[in-house]
Amino acid sequence: MSSKAEQKEKRKRLPFRWHKQDTELTLLALPTTIWYILFCFLPMFGIIIAFKNFRISGGFLSNVFKSPWVGFKNFEFLFKSNDAWVIIRNTIGYNIIFIILGIVLPVLFAIMIGLLHSRKASKVYQTMMFLPYFLSWVVVSAVGWAFLSFDKGIVNSMLVNMGGDPVNWYMEPSYWPFFLIFLNVWKGLGYGMVIYLATITSLDSTYYEAAIIDGASIWQQTRYITLPMLKLVIVMMFILSVGRIFYTDFGLFYQVTRDSNSLFNVATTIDVMVYKQLKTATVGMASAAAFVQSVLGCATILTANWIVRKIDSDSAMM
Amino acid sequence: MRIKTTISDSGLEKFNRTSNVTNLFFNLVFIFLALVCVIPVVVVLSISFSSEASIRETGYHLLPTVLSGEAYGYIVKQGTMILRALGVSALVTVAGTVLGVFLTTSMGYVISRPTYKLKGFLTWVVFIPMVFNGGLVSSYFINSNLLGLKDSVWALILPLAVSSFNVIICKTFFKSTIPDGLVESAEIDGASQLRIFFSIILPISLPVIATIGLFLCFGYWNDWFQSMLYIDNQNLYSLQALLNSLMSNVDALAKNAASMGVSYAVLVATMPKESARMAVAILIVLPVAFAYPFFQKYFISGLTVGAVKG
Repeated sequence: MSSKAEQKEKRKRLPFRWHKQDTELTLLALPTTIWYILFCFLPMFGIIIAFKNFRISGGFLSNVFKSPWVGFKNFEFLFKSNDAWVIIRNTIGYNIIFIILGIVLPVLFAIMIGLLHSRKASKVYQTMMFLPYFLSWVVVSAVGWAFLSFDKGIVNSMLVNMGGDPVNWYMEPSYWPFFLIFLNVWKGLGYGMVIYLATITSLDSTYYEAAIIDGASIWQQTRYITLPMLKLVIVMMFILSVGRIFYTDFGLFYQVTRDSNSLFNVATTIDVMVYKQLKTATVGMASAAAFVQSVLGCATILTANWIVRKIDSDSAMM
Repeated sequence: MRIKTTISDSGLEKFNRTSNVTNLFFNLVFIFLALVCVIPVVVVLSISFSSEASIRETGYHLLPTVLSGEAYGYIVKQGTMILRALGVSALVTVAGTVLGVFLTTSMGYVISRPTYKLKGFLTWVVFIPMVFNGGLVSSYFINSNLLGLKDSVWALILPLAVSSFNVIICKTFFKSTIPDGLVESAEIDGASQLRIFFSIILPISLPVIATIGLFLCFGYWNDWFQSMLYIDNQNLYSLQALLNSLMSNVDALAKNAASMGVSYAVLVATMPKESARMAVAILIVLPVAFAYPFFQKYFISGLTVGAVKG
């Protein structure tokens, strides 16, 4: 086995020598490379649709080439529509709340579950709380329907039993921000807890032993050891989710609300709008919105990564 | 990886505990949270076992007022559509997982080889899509018009097969656990790279294969978005897509049965609609609910592997 220095020297001696191994490895990477070209890189070029008056008919390529350039017309339409600002507000607003709750609650509960006396109990709770993470949004939407349906829903029959009036939940926008936030937390809490708990349990136990000898209480240990040690993971998770601030969980905002028109103002995000317009064949605005989302998304991810590198270069993606 | 649930394994553990009152309080909090997470699924299960008449009269309940298996009986009796959807789901899950594991591990292995000439280039190929993507609209048109995936089962399999995140998990794993000497000695023995990958690397990489396989497996089983985008033909509906169409239209099942020669009116009048909907949901959840506690530790180790940069 050659050492690193030797390898380096070997590489220097044969600068561009292509070996049989390289051919074989290329062959091995070929299927995945083709996949990347078809499903990732071709769509990147397809993004020029946003600058064209694109119509759906016949072959895709001829369509792209034939359809006339319209410059920024699609973007003009997008931003002149009244809905644009509601949608941007929803996308960013919900994401800010999700980011804050998505850090505070899992950290809090991960610390708490780490302090339970019984390991068995903690395992059972974790397993139960992980369950929602594995449910698809279609199933969650069915669950939501069981609770919130107007004439059959459990919530309404409880209300009626207690002498109240049934509420048509899917028509009442005022409740939905809370439902959406609740469901987001509900689905992601178990997963988030596991990430933080994995970090907590991998901490060096000697820190705690030293602290105990110095007479630190559990609360002091949490405050002065656990939380500071979690800081790095918290910052990482924070920045990763900030990088996705222009993206929302389509299933949450479209499936669970059952695409109800009355909820437009509180439940339409960029993803939902892009999908709906795609389905109603208003391609111009949809592609402009998708373009804005991709470009801004790219910018935020790069910025976030830049910040991570400033804080801790090892955690950065690039 | 084994997750320890208390902070220290040392003898100080017993002494260094929260008070019993705090422990009780924490337990109560977690019992509450755990129930909030599980009860909704139990409710769906109980609705699926409620009689249709009782639902029509008094709506859904936490516990069935009149117990009945008619929804499941109905599913079994006129099962073609549901059976087909189950078949599509199973096929897509198995085929997608196998294909995805192959595509992911092979790429991960190749870019983990330090002496490979195109390593830098391929790393960028994997990396760029993590940062920038073409967006839904152009992906949709490329997939449906250019690649002709519209109404094809491949539309459910191919687009989800690779994720750059998984490739990087693989690369990290190969880099940190496969000793260079192993590959080099095989090379000296004259094994080709393909042979090294398939008969040496893959067999000793079961942990990472299991992790990625599980991620893919759950991803495929739970996917409904690809169906919604690309599948109009009801014969290609997966369970998720079927439930999705049942959610917007409970008569969907009856329509299918009507095409089999039974009178539509009779069917609509007699079929259990509400409970059948929840029964399909249970059909989706059941395998997942049984499988995931066993695989939870793999998921956890997968999450941890993914967090370590190599």
